[in-house]
Amino acid sequence: MNETIGISLIVIGLVFDFLGCLGLVRFPDVYTRLQASAKCVTLGTCGILFGLFLFKGFSATGMKALLCLAFILLTAPVSAHVLARGAYRSGVKPCKDTVIDQYGESINK
Amino acid sequence: MVSKILIFMLWFLVWLLLSWPPRISSFITGALVSAFVSFMTMDILVKDRPSGRSPLRYLWFVYYIIIFLWECLKANIDVAWRVLHPKLPIRPATIKIRTDLKSDIGLTFLANSITLTPGTTTIDVDKQNGYIYIHVLFLKEGCPDHDMRLPVVSKFERILKKVFE
Repeated sequence: MNETIGISLIVIGLVFDFLGCLGLVRFPDVYTRLQASAKCVTLGTCGILFGLFLFKGFSATGMKALLCLAFILLTAPVSAHVLARGAYRSGVKPCKDTVIDQYGESINK
Repeated sequence: MVSKILIFMLWFLVWLLLSWPPRISSFITGALVSAFVSFMTMDILVKDRPSGRSPLRYLWFVYYIIIFLWECLKANIDVAWRVLHPKLPIRPATIKIRTDLKSDIGLTFLANSITLTPGTTTIDVDKQNGYIYIHVLFLKEGCPDHDMRLPVVSKFERILKKVFE
């Protein structure tokens, strides 16, 4: 039973990872691409790790998967934020479709 | 003192999970190592905190995690739908929103939650004036409202305020 749920979670995680990478190709600029990678890849990888935990149970591998899950949840958003801020500060402009750009106004004052 | 012991317990837990299954030898080594590490990192991690906060905040934190996971799942399905849609329905924008949170850890949690939920990424935090700059993947009409707030962010903010302040 646990193995079935584990494998289906791994498959769902793989689908989300794939969609995140597809977003990386399809979206127009740095910031929207970061959105796709930060969200889909985080949930996808967490899904894979949790599936691995269900698959392996409370063994050495399973516990390490849980630990990795916690660290990914804590660090992935931080890295996405730092990449977005660094890109903006070094002059990468948002794409033409951007409706409002209040951050640009605030740092150009 | 209590928060120092909590930090020691946290490092010890990480050690135990890394060296699973637990044995006597890994217990002893882990206790020594985490005592050393918590002694070294104490000054960075432990700050003076306001006293007299109710223990109910731990319950609020559990509630926050449940809400957060649910929002995270919805966000991912939303972004996945936008990626797969042939017309790529996005209206990106960087907007400025107001926040009432003051403490470092509260702001960190809020910024992280914003990054992981519906089409928003934190770009910068202006702590003095209480503003957060976020990048939105799909800006709805009439958002942010005249008070410079987004519905999802206010929802997180209300819970985090009970937990950390």
